[in-house]
Amino acid sequence: MTAFPLAALLGGVDLWIFAFSFVTVVVTIGMGFWSARQSKTASDFFVAGRSVSVGWNASAISGEYLSAASFMGIAGMVMSSGYDALWYPVCYACGYLFLLLFIAGPLRRFGAYTIPDFAEGRFDSPLFRKIAVCFVLFIGFFYTMPQMKGAGVTLAYIFPGMPYWAGVVLVGAVITFNVALGGMKGITLVQAFQYWAKMFAISIPVFVLMSVFGYYNQHIGANAAAGEPAAIVGTANADGIERKPLAEKAPKDNAWIAPFGPLTTKAVNAAAAALPAEQRAAYLEEHQKPYSLLYTYSLIIALVCGTAGLPHILVRFYTNPDGVAAKKTTMWVMILIGIFYVFPPVFGVIGRNLMPELYAGVGAKGTDKVVLELPTLLTAKGSLLGSILSGITCAGAFAAFMSTFSGLLVSMTGALAHDVYGRMLRPQSKPAERMFAFKIAAILIGAVSIGLGCFVELLEINFMVGQAFAIAAASYFPLLFMSVWWRGMTMKGAAVGMLTGGLCALVAAALTNFSTLALDKGPMGKMFSVFAPLNNFWAQHPLLRILCEQPAIWTVPLAITLMIVVSKATASEIPGDVRMKMLVLHAPEKLGLKQEYIQEHQAGAGH
Amino acid sequence: MPPPTPDHDDVIHSESFLRSLMRRQLALSVSCAATFFAALLGVPLLNYFAPALMATRVGGFTLSWLLLGVLFFPFVWIISFIFIRRSIALENQEVDDVQRTGKGGN
Repeated sequence: MTAFPLAALLGGVDLWIFAFSFVTVVVTIGMGFWSARQSKTASDFFVAGRSVSVGWNASAISGEYLSAASFMGIAGMVMSSGYDALWYPVCYACGYLFLLLFIAGPLRRFGAYTIPDFAEGRFDSPLFRKIAVCFVLFIGFFYTMPQMKGAGVTLAYIFPGMPYWAGVVLVGAVITFNVALGGMKGITLVQAFQYWAKMFAISIPVFVLMSVFGYYNQHIGANAAAGEPAAIVGTANADGIERKPLAEKAPKDNAWIAPFGPLTTKAVNAAAAALPAEQRAAYLEEHQKPYSLLYTYSLIIALVCGTAGLPHILVRFYTNPDGVAAKKTTMWVMILIGIFYVFPPVFGVIGRNLMPELYAGVGAKGTDKVVLELPTLLTAKGSLLGSILSGITCAGAFAAFMSTFSGLLVSMTGALAHDVYGRMLRPQSKPAERMFAFKIAAILIGAVSIGLGCFVELLEINFMVGQAFAIAAASYFPLLFMSVWWRGMTMKGAAVGMLTGGLCALVAAALTNFSTLALDKGPMGKMFSVFAPLNNFWAQHPLLRILCEQPAIWTVPLAITLMIVVSKATASEIPGDVRMKMLVLHAPEKLGLKQEYIQEHQAGAGH
Repeated sequence: MPPPTPDHDDVIHSESFLRSLMRRQLALSVSCAATFFAALLGVPLLNYFAPALMATRVGGFTLSWLLLGVLFFPFVWIISFIFIRRSIALENQEVDDVQRTGKGGN
């Protein structure tokens, strides 16, 4: 079972693609080892000694943020669902604005290593820290699953003989090893490098493909909207775009190019399909667009608020020297990721016209691999360029899931080693013991992530990331937003709101995924067959399906409402020095109010 | 244990200072956020109520695709650029105010 026949594995491997991917992996690991020798103290390990410059930090945050979802998932989803999928790149980028406006500055001024540190410092409650730590892990695991799928898809593409799970295991093991050796300081350098690798890998192939096959706007123009004459297939149109016939499973042009398309109307369409034929048209007419609008808004809320609550992104604000630098970093992050996000949809659009055979594939062979495979169209034109460019996009995909998975692993491992071990289990442990705990925790979390990654081949990469955002939006975002701007928050209010909102989103996301997996005809479907009746239920109640698939529209208000109500009810428990805390959060750092929370804590614990 | 807080008699530890601080910062953030949300939540509404307008072709793109897939990013950069400039100016002004009216610092 462990050893594949080597010939079968290497058969059909394109050497260029292999070479580029291999170099990316080797460089990443090499940088990890190189920086491992430089990071010595525990403080270096956790937040890079707090002295990373704006340029480095902005590149590193962008590098960490641009995950497999951004690199592969958006293109795949634009190809499979069209216009509605554009909300993902837009909100991935815009969420940062929200973070900048309300959270970035105050959080940095407060000066704590992690969100659990903030949670404990703001409410003087070690219990609340434990609750907050749980969500680092919940959100983190949900976010690692799509990264693992990216790894599995990419390796299955590079090595056509390799099964999906083997790719997940291989990549997961390599990154886990790298993180256990390097820590955060290594990661800052590696992440910054990887941003530029990804930017190069997504943009150059787009320009080359567009110059050969026609531009972005021409490819969109080749898809007929409602009321326009049907698109020409098989021969070049006026713009010189030559479309291939669409596969049977592909959405029609007018649904694909217009808002409220297949992504947001799936639940209603399933419900209509369960009705008698003569009622379908009336049902769709009445429900399709309103429900679709609801889906869109819920998705926007999840993505915008979720960005502000991602644990592995927030921890990086502490690596800025001061609050002004934290704001400047966010500005640069938005520019860097904004430019990036223009490119992935181009792959999806061109892929729809020129590589429609991907619509017929499932799992690792479906539209999620359009970014990797599209450049090979150039090979058909008789040049080596196709292989080289495909190698470059594969290298970019490696950079994408490696950097995000590393970042997640660092923050989840930090939560386990720094919070659970260093503060709860063994507060008296020596730095050397904590370093050892960090390594063990990294291996443990890496192993669980790999295990989860093996199950998700059938789920869309981008969709899974959206779910992680929805959980963050309903847990960390309300916690941070309310704690920063409202003095009346109590620990109980914060805990009840965060737990209820976050767990509701978690359960909703899990149910959606289980029911999707139950639809599979293979072994996965058998494993999750218990959840098959859920699909019948949802065919009858499409609104509930939408609220489960995109829970943010009810879980975020629920969490905030609970926080207000419970805090009002327990108003006597507002921390006594709340005014001082709010001053530290809001007063300019030049006034000298900054209180280095960890230093004081250490000074306090020492005597 | 609560950290030792310095004397509470000076300007920066006063209730009124904190209130004005938070109010000014929140006003700035909310005004930027309102512009942002008007655009972000407005696009789906336009798609819903003016589908024909949003389907207008602009050099191959539909209008709504062009707005969302390309033009939205620079729009967000402008808002964040304005916010950062104003927010840094606001902080400097707060520091000046404190140093002029009270003994400031600790």
